[in-house]
Amino acid sequence: MATRLQYENNSEIGVFSKLTNAYCLVAIGGSENFYSTFEAELADVIPVVKTSIAGTRIIGRLCAGNKNGLLLPHNTTDQELQHLRNSLPDSVVVQRIDERLSALGNCIACNDHVALTHPDLDRETEEMIADVLGVEVFRQTVAGNILVGSYCALSNRGGLVHPHTSIEDLDELSTLLQVPLVAGTVNRGSEVIAAGLTVNDWTAFCGSDTTATELSVLESVFKLREAQPSAIVDEMRKSLIDTYV
Amino acid sequence: MEQDSGMFTVQSTIGSVLCCKCGILMQPNAANMCAKCLRSEIDITEGLQKSVTIIHCPECDTYLQPPRTWIKANLESKELLTFCVKKLKNLNTVRLVHAEFIWTEPHSKRIKVKLKVQKEVLNGAVLEQAFTVEYTVLDQMCDSCSRVQANPDQWVAAVQLRQHVSHRRTFFYLEQLILKHDAAKHAIRIQQMDQGIDFFFGKRSHALKFVDFVGKVSPVRSRNDKQLVSFDSKSNDYNYKYTFSVEISPVCREDLICLPPKLVNSLGNLGPIVLCTKVTNSIALLDPFTLRHCFLDADQYWRTSFKALLSSRQLVEYVVLDVEPVSSEVTVGGSRYILADAQVARVSDFGKNDTIFNVRTHLGHILNPGDNALGYDLYSANSNDIELDKYKGFSIPDVILVKKSYEERRQKKRGKARTWKLKSLNMEVDSTARGYNEEKISSEYEQFLRDLEENPDMRFNLSLYRNKEYQPSEMASSVADGDELPSIPLDELLADLDLSDVESNDDDSMAE
Repeated sequence: MATRLQYENNSEIGVFSKLTNAYCLVAIGGSENFYSTFEAELADVIPVVKTSIAGTRIIGRLCAGNKNGLLLPHNTTDQELQHLRNSLPDSVVVQRIDERLSALGNCIACNDHVALTHPDLDRETEEMIADVLGVEVFRQTVAGNILVGSYCALSNRGGLVHPHTSIEDLDELSTLLQVPLVAGTVNRGSEVIAAGLTVNDWTAFCGSDTTATELSVLESVFKLREAQPSAIVDEMRKSLIDTYV
Repeated sequence: MEQDSGMFTVQSTIGSVLCCKCGILMQPNAANMCAKCLRSEIDITEGLQKSVTIIHCPECDTYLQPPRTWIKANLESKELLTFCVKKLKNLNTVRLVHAEFIWTEPHSKRIKVKLKVQKEVLNGAVLEQAFTVEYTVLDQMCDSCSRVQANPDQWVAAVQLRQHVSHRRTFFYLEQLILKHDAAKHAIRIQQMDQGIDFFFGKRSHALKFVDFVGKVSPVRSRNDKQLVSFDSKSNDYNYKYTFSVEISPVCREDLICLPPKLVNSLGNLGPIVLCTKVTNSIALLDPFTLRHCFLDADQYWRTSFKALLSSRQLVEYVVLDVEPVSSEVTVGGSRYILADAQVARVSDFGKNDTIFNVRTHLGHILNPGDNALGYDLYSANSNDIELDKYKGFSIPDVILVKKSYEERRQKKRGKARTWKLKSLNMEVDSTARGYNEEKISSEYEQFLRDLEENPDMRFNLSLYRNKEYQPSEMASSVADGDELPSIPLDELLADLDLSDVESNDDDSMAE
């Protein structure tokens, strides 16, 4: 299910939140509305954590993570780091990395298996990503833009990319990522996909400017229609069990 | 995605996305909305005028451009389109791409213009939209038309041309000059009067220009006056009627003149009897016995104004019996003369008696024995001139020959049309006025045409037009004549025709 909401009257909610299969990070806002929407949807399933990164509210664009780990920029304070380590489940590795490009959310787009990164990322960072997040890393651009984390939103079931992506690019990315991809828009024709929406395997949140058409595209590409949290686990269990001993 | 710079570029086909509003498949654009949704969202013609009023004068078909200019334009013309587009305000916020008229019934008093404008919206998308502007046409007479309507004969300035002689030769010639130079194109009305012509103009400046023109082609003196018609005390506007009285000197070509003694002295004893050879803005005088000439311009003439002793109406025909050149050829003021002694007899005397005159004449270059010549008969003339009386002991010659006569040959050619013709001004002639003699005027006109044929320098300034009704076959039969009549050579007509082609727009043009 896709939910429409706003952060302090701004529809760019992907900037102020980060949603993965194991946890959800939310920025500290003036009113509790933003947080309570997330809580209403996710509280029984995954922890929803209020935090700031480097003293800012734009946490969605500064960090990158999936169910295996969370990467934070070098300017994250120690208290924030500690707070996150405490609040998140133990299976999630929280790591602060030293990278010149500190807006990791803009540079890295990932799901639980693959990650697309900014072509100019350091070697060490790339190794760190592969290590902490447990993913295969590909340096790519999306529709000619190097900030892949902004123009592409990924989950394990599908992905939405910048509307100007050509068909060849779509095919290539799709082959790399092994998920179906669609070029589309969010928030009434905005091309910055990841800023306008945040998504995991069973739910998505998008800005309130998103039109019904865009919403239907989201729901179809991320396969949210029949998704329930437990269904994921059941399905996964079936595919996970390889052989019966 | 690897892209080799320079040589090899990856082929990329643009995919399609769904319009974020209506969901139809479309090519992605800057707004990511299909054109229809974008248009429904944003109206770039907001704030632009959609209905305008324009004022039109039905008499002269012009449109008012405030505050005062009236622009002539036909319906659905380029000028009208420019005028309509200029009328719209705020059109500089958008870019105008195309404008055209939509047909409306002329009686509906509405003009519709379809405009296509472009403007940048949202994030870089340029939207093009077409919209119609409706112009309501209000009829209102422009100032000049209302003035004409109020009083069609209303003139502001009048020029009264007068010449106090008994013939109209000067006015025929002036008429042709005016036609050639288009000097009377601003005249509202032209009226023929006794001993002159009246010209009426709508503006004082036009009348002034006309008076200057006449002053350049004839020796004139003029005076002008004005009469108050109305005056507005609030704006201090005074409306006058201006009148210019222009008098042309009564001396004409081929006149015999007796100069007053004072003038004779100041001109260096130029014999008191002189012939006038040419009148432009100065008078050329020729002493036929000494072959001396002089020029008097308008000022000099009017200071010592003199009248003609005898004019061309009083020319008598003579038969030349013998010619003896006395001096060699002299060029005087552009024409050649030879002083000669001639024996002449009047044609009326020719068979009847033996009255022969021995005279000195300046026409030795064209006269041969047996020719006919025209001259002034001073022997039998009874002249009442004051000036002549002042000369004591002056022996007046008997005959002064003026020009060669082609009367015989003209008799043969009578009734045949000329190869050329002249145009005429649009004059109002009052035919019921006292003293109006139609026969006299037509014979004078015929004489004027003959003068034109005989004198190349007289037709230098005029435009002659080819006569379409002229039949060349008739001319062939009379080519066998011995001596030809002086006629205007065809190439002169052609040369004139070049000008007339440029000036006139009628069917007188011939293939060149």
